[in-house]
Amino acid sequence: MQYMLLLYSAPDAGPADGSPEQMAQMQAWFAYTDALAAAGALVSGEPLQGIDTATTVQVRDGETLTVDGPFAETKELLGGFYLLEVPDLDAALGWAAKCPLAPYGSVEVRPLMVLPPR
Amino acid sequence: MIDNSGFESIFRHEWSRLVATLVRDLGDLDIAEDAAQDAFMEASTRWPDSGLPDRPGAWLLTVARRKSIDRARQSNRSAARQQKLVDNARWAEQSASPALVDDQLALLLGCCHPALNLDAQVALTLRVVAGLTTEQIARAFLVTEPTMVRRITRAKTKIRMAGIPFIVPDREVLTTRINSISQVVYLIFTEGHSSASSTKLIRGDLCDEALWLSDLLVKLVPNDPEVLGLAALIQLTDSRRQARTDDDGAPVLLEDQDRGRWNRQQIEHGLRLIAEAHALGQLGPFQIQASIQALHCAAPQFADTDWVRIVTLYDLLILRQPSAVVALNRAAALSHIEGPEAALATLVGLEEALDGYIHFHVARAELLSQAGRSREADEAYERAIGQSTNQAEQKHLQRRRQRLVGLPTRTDRATGSSDSD
Repeated sequence: MQYMLLLYSAPDAGPADGSPEQMAQMQAWFAYTDALAAAGALVSGEPLQGIDTATTVQVRDGETLTVDGPFAETKELLGGFYLLEVPDLDAALGWAAKCPLAPYGSVEVRPLMVLPPR
Repeated sequence: MIDNSGFESIFRHEWSRLVATLVRDLGDLDIAEDAAQDAFMEASTRWPDSGLPDRPGAWLLTVARRKSIDRARQSNRSAARQQKLVDNARWAEQSASPALVDDQLALLLGCCHPALNLDAQVALTLRVVAGLTTEQIARAFLVTEPTMVRRITRAKTKIRMAGIPFIVPDREVLTTRINSISQVVYLIFTEGHSSASSTKLIRGDLCDEALWLSDLLVKLVPNDPEVLGLAALIQLTDSRRQARTDDDGAPVLLEDQDRGRWNRQQIEHGLRLIAEAHALGQLGPFQIQASIQALHCAAPQFADTDWVRIVTLYDLLILRQPSAVVALNRAAALSHIEGPEAALATLVGLEEALDGYIHFHVARAELLSQAGRSREADEAYERAIGQSTNQAEQKHLQRRRQRLVGLPTRTDRATGSSDSD
């Protein structure tokens, strides 16, 4: 099954920019991504630019509404994702718990919807 | 011929094994459960005439496997999924073995999966493992049947859509996962033992289910000290069931209970389970709580209770499982050694954490009244009564509160132990 790991964290959580901890954190991300790939579980995964770069688009009554900022103002923000191919939820939850963000953020695990062939 | 009670005992024995086998073979909880139900339905119409088959379990499995093919075809699953289910069922008819211990454990682990909320875990365990009907579970938890149907349907949908597996995981996570089963079983027991919102204080049906489930868990995981501790805790606490309420269903305090009505057989069973757990040499919260219950059971009279050891056990429990509730129970025990004022002193600072917990106000009220602080005791009873959702309990608390009238005040009453109350 395919699962999306949605990586949320508060902007001020985790190691500070430019700190030695952040360097170590980067290594942890590389190691984690490599481990996913080595296990054959990685479909894809990317970090996102910060919410300052987000733009939200809605079409209402045929009119396009473009707004600066993320869709929902929440404390924890979506900062990246991994798409995994693993046998079951236990495997996905196991990977989520190993994610470098898990100690300070939240990893939402969602199965992908499988559409019938068209 | 087979009578009703014989049929019920076979249902008891075979239901979860049958569902576990079918889930393992088919990989679909809904279809497995429906097919198992169909098989029992057929048994209930056939067996009265044909007599009991030599191996009822095997008979049920054969019928259920056939039924599962019909159920798969009638289901709302996609054509590909239906075919897969039929193939799985056919394959199982040819070659699969009947339920192994691990299949039943896998079924319990799936029902108590941490990805499901606790209410759903409880409902699924009672439905899928214990075989209660949705209507029975709804009645036990005082919700309407449609609400319970929705709860169970939602949980099953999540199991299917999110891919919650029915497998026994690796050792490193198995202990934690078994602990979630234990928590669910204990919650079922406490709900039955001191029901939050019923007119009757003890709902024996839920206690019986918890006893059965804890017993099953011991069979499935024989060498887990905490599983043994849980089973012991439930047996020992439940041994007082007959003595805990009077004829009107009102609670009878431990100190007023007729100890002759305690179930000796359950006490001995509980003590054997604790001994087994301790022999494994790894203490845990369930074992400690069971040991506390064992000390209560060991006292011929309330006055004989070994409060010093009980307080020591509470200290051990707080180290492992620090909680305001445990601190409250410790305070109640301590009052029997050092008096109500000393016990009340240990409760300072817990008010905020325990304000919504009725037993906090009850315990405070009792301690305050023992200490002769009638007015404060009266207020504490008022809080407790206001929070109680159980009519038998409300009446009982009103009676306790009325005793305060005319109680000696603090100045003319010596403080000290009140064991003989």
